[in-house]
Amino acid sequence: MSLVELHAIHKSFGELQVLKGINLSIDEGQVIALIGKSGSGKSTLLRTINGLEVIDDGAIIVDGKKISDRDADLLGLRLQVGMVFQQFNLFPHYTALENVMLSPQVVKKQSKADARKVAEEMLIKVGLADKMMHYPDQLSGGQQQRVAIARALAMKPKVLLCDEVTSALDPELVNEVLAVVRQLAEEGMTLVMVTHEMRFAREVCDKLVFMHQGRIHETGDPEEVFASPKTPELSSFVGGLA
Amino acid sequence: MSEFSNWDIIYNLLMAARWTVLLSLTAFVLGGLVGLLLLMARTAGGAWVKGLVRCYVELFQGTPLLMQLFIVFFGLPLIGLDISPWMAAMLGLTLFTSAFLTEIWRGCVEAIGKGQWEASTSLGMKFTQQMRYIILPQAMRIAVPPTVGFSVQVVKGTAVASIIGFVELTKAGTMITNATYAPFTVYGFVAVMYFLICYPLSLFAGYLEGKFRHVAR
Ligand SMILES: Nc1ncnc2c1ncn2[C@@H]1O[C@H](COP(=O)(O)OP(=O)(O)OP(=O)(O)O)[C@@H](O)[C@H]1O
Ligand SMILES: [Mg+2]
Repeated sequence: MSLVELHAIHKSFGELQVLKGINLSIDEGQVIALIGKSGSGKSTLLRTINGLEVIDDGAIIVDGKKISDRDADLLGLRLQVGMVFQQFNLFPHYTALENVMLSPQVVKKQSKADARKVAEEMLIKVGLADKMMHYPDQLSGGQQQRVAIARALAMKPKVLLCDEVTSALDPELVNEVLAVVRQLAEEGMTLVMVTHEMRFAREVCDKLVFMHQGRIHETGDPEEVFASPKTPELSSFVGGLA
Repeated sequence: MSEFSNWDIIYNLLMAARWTVLLSLTAFVLGGLVGLLLLMARTAGGAWVKGLVRCYVELFQGTPLLMQLFIVFFGLPLIGLDISPWMAAMLGLTLFTSAFLTEIWRGCVEAIGKGQWEASTSLGMKFTQQMRYIILPQAMRIAVPPTVGFSVQVVKGTAVASIIGFVELTKAGTMITNATYAPFTVYGFVAVMYFLICYPLSLFAGYLEGKFRHVAR
């Protein structure tokens, strides 16, 4: 049984149909790269998996349990699925440590001491042991994004969703963030990441999903898919990147 | 006619100024609480609730404070509720304050980026938790200057309560003038006292602004 299963997910914004029947299963420990042109629906798909967008039709099944669109179910979904954003979205009025501690305390009702222990552990994991007391505006983009990853991890999600987590970074800061993601992948974290870093996708991901006009157009092993794309759309997408 | 020394004038004005301060404080605190509730309704409520709050705000922003006081003071007795000048002034100013603060704070909440809502939602927070830990602390920082600016308006606004016979600073000034025939002196003191109430508020605003340094760029 897959950890997360998406069945015929449909989502529209007004007249605009953005997801037109997405089927995807995410296995435990799997690292999936989601690629596709701008506007193909990658972010929207990720956001539905975290309950940030409510789907119009279809089903999201986590651990064999169907998620309804009731608030309680959506909250439950978010506890199992973490998300990291392109723009970091750290809380500017809290230190790095407080950013990571907040949700475990407030949402999971952990004691301050427990939350702090987990938060420190996560910040050490992303290489920020010496920046815990810094505010976001005292950190570089790469450091901020690593705090954001630690913040999501502190909730102990089963799946971590990453939406173009390096796109807002200066080129020299990209690698420190990718290194953290790679480390998570190696530790067995289940990951779904929207990325334009094709080399990284090839090296780290188990499965490549190519989205085109709101549908999954092609999927497969990254090496194979890159070497011999079956559809002209993926072919031209990969060609355009080279 | 008894002789009034300057000290007598100042003493009597000071006694009355206590009521100005009390009225301002009450209106501001109660208005702030009501304003906060309205802000929550305006932020989280359905279309209906949002519309109602907007009408409320428009109503109080679109009419003079004096008329609002008249309507409370002369209107409530018509439906059988007798109301003292103090109660009328307090009620009127509270409503007035809540409408303006709701609107000021709504702007501050809306200035907090969508990313803050999304990040906190994705971490499993509920609306009240997001408001309490993420949105309001940041909105408050932006809200300090306009809120304190408005509190000065409330203090000065209490002067209209003199029209319905509530003896605060301005009304006391009028009464003393009638006894002393020295309007320039008396109103000069009145003005100084208003200034002494309002100026510290501005200083306080500066202090608060320095206190929360880290907010969204
Ligand atoms: N909240 C929204 N309201 C209206 N339209 C939206 C909304 N969110 C996304 N869209 C539209 O849905 C389509 C898909 O958007 P989405 O962000 O999922 O694309 P994407 O594949 O992530 O693109 P990019 O690579 O540029 O991030 C776009 O046409 C976008 O304009
Ligand atoms: Mg996107």
